[in-house]
Amino acid sequence: MQQQKLLSSRSLIVVAVLLAALALLPTMASRYYIYLVALMMVTGLLATSLNMVLGFGGMYQFNHAVFYGAGAYAAALLTVRGGFNPWWGYLLGPVMAAALSLLMGIICVRLSKLYFGMLQISLGSLVWAVVFRWYSFTGGDDGMHGVPSPRLIGSIDGAYYFVLIVTVVCLALMYLIVNSPFGRVFQSIRDNPERAEAIGVNVHLHQLIGLVIAGFFGGVAGTLFVTVEGSVFPDMLFWTLSLEIIIMCLLGGWFTFLGPMLGAGIVVSLRAVVGIYTDYWTMVLGIILMLLIFFLPEGVLGFFTARLGRGRAAGEGD
Amino acid sequence: MDLASHITLAALGQQLLVGLSRTTILFIVSSGLSLILGVLRIPNVSHGSLYMIGAFVTYSVATLIGGQTGFWVALAAAPVVVGLFSLAVERGIFCHLYEREHLMLLLFTFSLMLVLGDLVKLIWGSDYRSLSAPPMLQGSFSLAGMPFPRYNLFLLMIGPLVALGLWALTNKTKIGKIARAAAVDREMVAAMGINVSWVFAFVFCLGCLMAGLGGALVAPTQNITQGMDHTIIMEAFLIVIIGGLGNMWGALLGAAIFGITDSIGILVWPQFAIVFPYVAVTIVLIFRPKGLLKSTW
Repeated sequence: MQQQKLLSSRSLIVVAVLLAALALLPTMASRYYIYLVALMMVTGLLATSLNMVLGFGGMYQFNHAVFYGAGAYAAALLTVRGGFNPWWGYLLGPVMAAALSLLMGIICVRLSKLYFGMLQISLGSLVWAVVFRWYSFTGGDDGMHGVPSPRLIGSIDGAYYFVLIVTVVCLALMYLIVNSPFGRVFQSIRDNPERAEAIGVNVHLHQLIGLVIAGFFGGVAGTLFVTVEGSVFPDMLFWTLSLEIIIMCLLGGWFTFLGPMLGAGIVVSLRAVVGIYTDYWTMVLGIILMLLIFFLPEGVLGFFTARLGRGRAAGEGD
Repeated sequence: MDLASHITLAALGQQLLVGLSRTTILFIVSSGLSLILGVLRIPNVSHGSLYMIGAFVTYSVATLIGGQTGFWVALAAAPVVVGLFSLAVERGIFCHLYEREHLMLLLFTFSLMLVLGDLVKLIWGSDYRSLSAPPMLQGSFSLAGMPFPRYNLFLLMIGPLVALGLWALTNKTKIGKIARAAAVDREMVAAMGINVSWVFAFVFCLGCLMAGLGGALVAPTQNITQGMDHTIIMEAFLIVIIGGLGNMWGALLGAAIFGITDSIGILVWPQFAIVFPYVAVTIVLIFRPKGLLKSTW
């Protein structure tokens, strides 16, 4: 029950202070930092949504970026090509990502581990290839730029607060899901699918629901990206991004709820900070990751919670 | 839609041959990946980077020496360079990681891919390079009225040779037999008094050498660029999965499916040609999720 411990009174204070700081940020920081923090929250939401199935479900979801891209493209296409009000795009983008996740899940869910992951990658590559080549509709490899935002959140501050509110709401919802009876059963499937099956749990149905939830919140992150950047491009669906999100979960620790958020923050800020000094920031990231996997396989937050004796023993999954 | 109107029998045959020569490259790269997956159980994402390094080394050696001999020296040198490099990586890093679970190994090799990608950018810069085939393999000849590049014919001859060599190595030599035994039961092999660690090093080195050879062979047919690692590794992984993990003939079958659907796609619907192989792979995986042939896992 590490979640209850994570929200002890001390953690609550930390969360409250952090939220207050985030809410006040636009009054203090420059445009660039507001943008950077917004991007961190979007990426963090994406990583947390993946962790719903990866960390809590033990499923090798190797193409999560596809749902991020699907949400973003659906929102952008509805607004630009469909002529809908952008709010409709924000609403329907996640729904379409969830629908895509359901479709892929139905095909993949009977497989496990590496085979599940590879079929997901194969289906994801299919979606990526179509988006990449359909110039007349999706803009092909150029993507789409200048996607309009609703006037209310058109400014950088407005976009920032929109991202902040949606991220907090989504995180709260995911936290409730993880701690709901469904979430408990889901985690028991991760720990021992055979035993869960034996006590009458419909394993594949639970996994499918988990995939749809993860796809939905991944799609939300995608629409938020459109709000911040005003553009979409096919690299958002590419498999390298999918693995990068897994890396974020690993970096923060995938047996903790907020670990992926931390991991995403580390990767985004690393890119921004190291990127100032050198073009070779991916090499720096790669070396850090290699050292991390070599010496700290349970992740940064997992390492510290294990050290402080607050969390359960990390790396218990399988 | 006049999709089918321009497809003549000759054009179909020509594209089939182009697809088969593409198959050669894909087979060479993915058989190395499959070998490492089957014996060492490492899903080596950095395999594509070694392929890219092979291509860049080929370019550098061939332009340094120049002429006809330059290309042939480069063709031999690139796999050796990649093989030696991978041997150092295996002895230095991977031999300490064999007990880790697959996901960790996958992420570790992905990190290695990030590092190697930037290393290539550091050494060769971000411009693309192009290398022309040696004079005796340049140009094309006529095949049933359709032009067919000489270099592709060369690839079509190399493919079966490599497959035969690999088959002989794994089935007829002692180390090959030990490696196959280690793939099935490594504890038992160790109990027979064989140093499994060095067998693994040999297999890893051989597998990566195949990536280097693939990169060397592909160099004259396309631009040598950053990002060619991303494309090839995804293709190679899917080929290995649809063929059956660790099965060399499966890699050949998978490569043929991938190469031929790709080239037929170019004929049928050029804009969406890259979609065709993924559709084929998805169909195979839906009906045979563990691959077409028996996997060694």
